Amino acid sequence: MSAITRADVEHLGRLARLNLTPEEIDNFAGQLDVILTSVARISEVAADDIPPTSHPIPVENVYREDVVRPGLLRADVAAGAPAWEDDRFRVPRILGEA
Amino acid sequence: MADLMGNDLTRQSASTLADAISQGEVSAEEVTKAHLERIADVDPRVHAFLYVDSDDALAAARGVDAKRARGDQLGALAGVPLALKDVLTMKGVPTTCGSKILEGWRPPYDSHVVERLRANDIVILGKTNMDEFAMGSSTEHSAYGPTRNPWDLERIPGGSGGGSSAALAAFEAPLAIGTDTGGSIRQPAAVTGTVGVKPTYGGVSRYGLVALASSLDQAGPCARNVLDTALLHAAIAGHDPRDSTSINAAVPDVVGAALNGDVRGMRIGLVRELSGAGYQAGVELRFREAVELLEGLGAEVIEVSCPHFEYALGAYYLILPSEASSNLARFDGMRYGLRAGDDGSHSVEEVMAITREAGFGPEVKRRIMLGTYALSSGYYDAYYGQAQKVRTLITRDFDAAFAQVDVLISPTAPTTAFKIGEKVDDPIAMYLNDVATIPVNLAGNAAMSLPIGLAPEDGLPVGLQIIAPPMADDRLYRVGSAVESALVDTWGHLLIEEAPAL
Repeated sequence: MSAITRADVEHLGRLARLNLTPEEIDNFAGQLDVILTSVARISEVAADDIPPTSHPIPVENVYREDVVRPGLLRADVAAGAPAWEDDRFRVPRILGEA
Repeated sequence: MADLMGNDLTRQSASTLADAISQGEVSAEEVTKAHLERIADVDPRVHAFLYVDSDDALAAARGVDAKRARGDQLGALAGVPLALKDVLTMKGVPTTCGSKILEGWRPPYDSHVVERLRANDIVILGKTNMDEFAMGSSTEHSAYGPTRNPWDLERIPGGSGGGSSAALAAFEAPLAIGTDTGGSIRQPAAVTGTVGVKPTYGGVSRYGLVALASSLDQAGPCARNVLDTALLHAAIAGHDPRDSTSINAAVPDVVGAALNGDVRGMRIGLVRELSGAGYQAGVELRFREAVELLEGLGAEVIEVSCPHFEYALGAYYLILPSEASSNLARFDGMRYGLRAGDDGSHSVEEVMAITREAGFGPEVKRRIMLGTYALSSGYYDAYYGQAQKVRTLITRDFDAAFAQVDVLISPTAPTTAFKIGEKVDDPIAMYLNDVATIPVNLAGNAAMSLPIGLAPEDGLPVGLQIIAPPMADDRLYRVGSAVESALVDTWGHLLIEEAPAL
């Protein structure tokens, strides 16, 4: 099922918003292949009619009181921001080159 | 009542220190100072701490002394120092999760665990080292360098919570907080001769716990003996509406169970699949002795089979990276933490990709890509979907076993502490450390690791894992207390007393 190529790793890097060096691409291609081959053993288990588990202790209909609670202080949030300008987060341009 | 005059305060148990503080034999400030001095003395060699919060710790200790002077009622652990894993937020104190991407970030809020610690007047000494975002079994994946095992400074202290376990074993703190996603409390406890408990999933709120894999993560107590662990468990557990998976029910009476320690008539299951090939001879030897010890104490030990456990590691290494790749998407360099490449020429998406390249270490990158692959279209059913079904089968194995027995036991880890550098470039070898602890996280059970002796071949600690059904955390302490008392009767002291002086 696996056999991870360098192109696959580059594609995964793009999906995950993760730049990779050529050395990293080489390393990860080999390592991801070994890991995926190892974990693929779970396909041996006949589980077609088994329901999936997403959470170990299922809890349903969790509500909380609809009351006003204090949020984070703006000054505290600003202090942790990598860039802050005019009382807002400053971010790089959103659109790519035309 | 122990007389502490002239004794080294850092060698005492948490409950002894709390009694002495409440009786006025010693001040909380003196206790905190003694531990800060110990940290200054040994931590340059051990590297358990990423940040020592001396001023706030001393202020908190003086606050406890003032409360006592006023005649206020003090909690069971008031004034006792604690080491906090750096994955839990503490307002105004650096929280890095062992990652460069959060270097220098000071959270604007306290985690639920920190709120509970403060409410119980426990003194937080600082933040402990860990594998980056809790991904690892050795602390070698910390961006700030590895922690060393106090039993042998050339060896790993376990992971991801190796800073917390090393702080206990180096007598830098009598209490610590860990988090356990696949064994990160229990395996470090096993390889350092300390005690650690992963509570039932949902037993301790995840609010303010920086998420690795949300359906597996659980914070829990660590200490050098069973009673101290129970007292800390009781302090941090309980319902919190800010975590929608927090269990809204009474916390099991863990302290009462730790004081009971009677296993007569208990039925204990030995998991056939968690021993044999891959387990070190000295680990197997001490484990067999522990089984005989439990039988001698009046428990009935039977072998049980959990046939799907052999697939647990595979299911875990699909579910965990999938959840992690999603959770770690929040580290995008926009609202907090590192931002790199913001020079006016790069777009926001490019800045995100440059920031994440610069901020994440190799293990985090590996798991993000693994999770991205397992969740991508065309592979989802074969990988993530199948892993979730296997998770159901593992839970059913536990259900069948607990229909026959009260608790299950196994060695906590297949080997004793290995050498730093030995497995760091071999992900599969590293992942195998957690083969015995991972099934518990998949099913949400409670489990403890307890020291049961030294492996003859290397003189390093071996841990016994005790597993209880969800919400039966008290059974861990009942069994743990029985084993610990019997071993102390044999040895004349706790195993940790045999650790090198440093």
